[in-house]
Amino acid sequence: MNSGADLLRIEQLGIAFKMMGGQLEAVRNASLRVLPGKVTALVGESGSGKSVISQAVMGILPNTASATGRILFCDPENPGNPIDILSLPRDGKAIRDLRGRRLGKIFQEPMTSLSPLHTIGNQVGEALRIHEPVSKAETRDRVEEMLGLVGFANPARTREMYPFELSGGMRQRTMIAMALICRPSLLIADEPTTALDVTIQAQILQLLRELQAKLNMAMLLITHDLGVVANVADEVVVIYRGEIMEAGPVETIFRRPAHPYLKGLMAAVPHFDMKPGERLKALREIPVNADTLIGKRKQERQGPEILLSVRNVIKTYGTRKSSWFGKNTAAGVRAVDDVSFDVRRGECLGIVGESGCGKSTLSKIVMRAVTPDSGSVTYFDRDGKAIDVLSSEGNDLKTLRTKIQMVFQDPVSSLSPRMTIQNILSEPLEIHDRGSAQERKEKVLRLVQAIGLDQSALNRYPHSFSGGQRQRIGIARALALGPDLMICDEPVSALDVSVQAQILNLLKDLQKELGLTYFFISHNLAVVDYMADRIAVMCGGRIVELAPRETLMRSPVHPYTKALLAAVPFPDLDRPLDFAAVQACGATGTASWAAQFRADNDDNALAAADLGGGHIVLARRNADVRELQP
Amino acid sequence: MMMRYILWRIAAMIPTLLIISALIFTIIELPPGDYFESYISELQAQGEGVDMQEIEELRAQYGFDKPPILRYFHWVGGMLTGDFGYSFEYQLPVNEVVGDRLWLTILVSFCTILVTWLVAFPIGIYSATHQYSWGDYGLTFLGLLGIAIPNFTLALILMYFANIWFGISIGHLMDQKFLGEPMSWEKAKSILEHLWIPVIIVGTAGTAGMIRRLRANLLDELQKQYVVTARAKGLHPFRALIKYPLRMSLNFFVADIGSILPQIISGAEITAIVLSLETTGPMLIKALQSQDMYLAGSFLMFLAFLTVIGMLISDIALAFLDPRIRLQGGSAK
Repeated sequence: MNSGADLLRIEQLGIAFKMMGGQLEAVRNASLRVLPGKVTALVGESGSGKSVISQAVMGILPNTASATGRILFCDPENPGNPIDILSLPRDGKAIRDLRGRRLGKIFQEPMTSLSPLHTIGNQVGEALRIHEPVSKAETRDRVEEMLGLVGFANPARTREMYPFELSGGMRQRTMIAMALICRPSLLIADEPTTALDVTIQAQILQLLRELQAKLNMAMLLITHDLGVVANVADEVVVIYRGEIMEAGPVETIFRRPAHPYLKGLMAAVPHFDMKPGERLKALREIPVNADTLIGKRKQERQGPEILLSVRNVIKTYGTRKSSWFGKNTAAGVRAVDDVSFDVRRGECLGIVGESGCGKSTLSKIVMRAVTPDSGSVTYFDRDGKAIDVLSSEGNDLKTLRTKIQMVFQDPVSSLSPRMTIQNILSEPLEIHDRGSAQERKEKVLRLVQAIGLDQSALNRYPHSFSGGQRQRIGIARALALGPDLMICDEPVSALDVSVQAQILNLLKDLQKELGLTYFFISHNLAVVDYMADRIAVMCGGRIVELAPRETLMRSPVHPYTKALLAAVPFPDLDRPLDFAAVQACGATGTASWAAQFRADNDDNALAAADLGGGHIVLARRNADVRELQP
Repeated sequence: MMMRYILWRIAAMIPTLLIISALIFTIIELPPGDYFESYISELQAQGEGVDMQEIEELRAQYGFDKPPILRYFHWVGGMLTGDFGYSFEYQLPVNEVVGDRLWLTILVSFCTILVTWLVAFPIGIYSATHQYSWGDYGLTFLGLLGIAIPNFTLALILMYFANIWFGISIGHLMDQKFLGEPMSWEKAKSILEHLWIPVIIVGTAGTAGMIRRLRANLLDELQKQYVVTARAKGLHPFRALIKYPLRMSLNFFVADIGSILPQIISGAEITAIVLSLETTGPMLIKALQSQDMYLAGSFLMFLAFLTVIGMLISDIALAFLDPRIRLQGGSAK
């Protein structure tokens, strides 16, 4: 390789952190390159050292880190004279001159990466003021031009706004404007879309591609999402535990993956083309020992077909909008707006939607953690007895609490750090007075074995387990009382891809063995597609479409469902994102929907229309069913 | 928008102060008897005759024969017109008794606050940016000493050593010959010469506490992602520190103003007695002891007024500093 041709060349990079008892090697012997005007994707799971590499390139490693090797940056402004970034003094003038001017960086968290106290214009223009002798008026013009370029409709107005007045996607656009204001030749994007919804993600990816071509800049894209990589990257570098596993052009990597880690990673991602019954291949499979859970084995589907019936549930959250002068106007936001559906015994009902669509509120209502304004939720037990979830008291409520259990999103905060696994798992049994102390102990042991952990786990505390193991403990806790219905609220969204496959397979196996019913909430369509028998799509507090899995995936009717499906990036080079289809969609883009799906400010305009075969779509009352057919 | 808020806040001060004045009046009235009764018993104890008629006249003059509720309104009405009542102890109107002392108190407090900030800021920033260095440990140790040693002890120690080593008395706020004299250059010079000692003594604890809080706040802010963003733009680390984390940690600082004002003024009383300063502190304590109600009441009202003003200043400053407070209205949750 001719080093003159590379914009960025990382050679034999090693990064180590000083720890309490020695050194932690975060990156070992890593070499990679970024070509001018091209996109190199650095792919790896959390803790693989990919973010540390990006920090090293910017020279913003934490104080405790030490780096060896070379990072050569060959500035097109000054060709033939590569600079070794690692040799520059820390925070010295030379490296500061590169940062922001020749190297731009955008971060994962658009919420915290911007200072809440300074205007957008101030923060975006800052790099310009530092690096170039510009007048005030010039700065303003350049900032407005850049804000226009990243897609703000009214740059002059945006310039004077504060970050908290913008949505997540808008903030990420601001970050991009900030990184690009000096037209750097290399942009480092550290998980730029991970914190965003899929439709927003597609828009940001499109924006990055466009700008990259327009400004002829190279990009080092750091991500864990192979779908993003397939859609954006020219070259791919795969990193695992601080070591580069495989590197090459995107074509080679995707069509002929050679390294077993990469192969495993690709098999672990759920995708839409899976055959019914096809299993994900987790990098490390967890054997399920449901046999040990006596008394819960293979219950035949007893009782009525409907397990849970939700009717016309409405929940409004009041937002207090007070001006400085004590005028309070109570404006309500309908988090859940007239939602009705049934959960059938033994099925997995998936709920998909973007953040803020009301799916978590809905799950809390079913749990009776949140009381809706109106509507009813009825649970039918095995004998066909109906229990009103929202108003039951005493014994009924107690039964209900054992029958409906929840698995939470965040495996870190959902387990008490002060309790051992033994305590965590036996707590539900103690609350409900199940068995003697000895019996409870045995039951807990069976539970940990069922989720593939061994006895030694019982006396440890949650912090000594990995994210995936903690999520398994969360699942075991939900199983302790032998529930019928498990509500899984984004159970895998905090986990890495390989661990995600593990948990999904575990949930699937448990469902099969124990005859459980799942109410599965996720923002990830591919995950829901893998898990669910029927899928409901939520948007703005309403279920806009509900259909069996195949129907929804093959022939979606509602424009929102279509947009959502179009926005999911596939880890497949032959199915690139259709960026045109994603534009102007999302929960706010209702204006672009066909007329028969729009409410047009009429609260009572929409109703669920049955298309047959259990396919229900939200449309105008007077819309013809045949018209709605795809 | 901002103007309206400020006006509204000032208007809201009025009922607050009224309620406080009613509370103060009630508390002063609570113990049995009044100044005249303590005065009579004191005279009798000394074996002197009491001119009951004079006492009755005084009582009538100040409305002590009327029900308390009327006296309350009389007192509040007087304060509104600048008449704070009559000090029986000194046999002078309160205005004249307090006079200079009020301004001296304000001077001492103001200087103390200023010195506190001037010292606390650089040290706090240094401690936070050099966490766990020797400098940080040393300054932290000094700060903890400052918090742990009571002000009056420090005053006694300083007085003792100043006397032993330099042979000077550091009490009082000015040379005694200027007492009661009108303000002059000589007097001002004398005050400034004496001022630094009470300022240091009263300020130590506050400074130490502020250093600790500034350090803790700044340490939190330094970890935030937007600091990395600023560095990634090529901003000089020191300028990034001033512009982002320091600005964020100012919030608590400003929110403190409200409690600092009355704290320093009332907290300095014991020190003031030890050093025999010509401030209001010693006078307030004496007035409370002898049930000199108008004097005591006026002092307490003054403290309350400072508290309310301090809160107002800090709220307005917060709104100016933080757009989230300014633009979001009430909290959304």
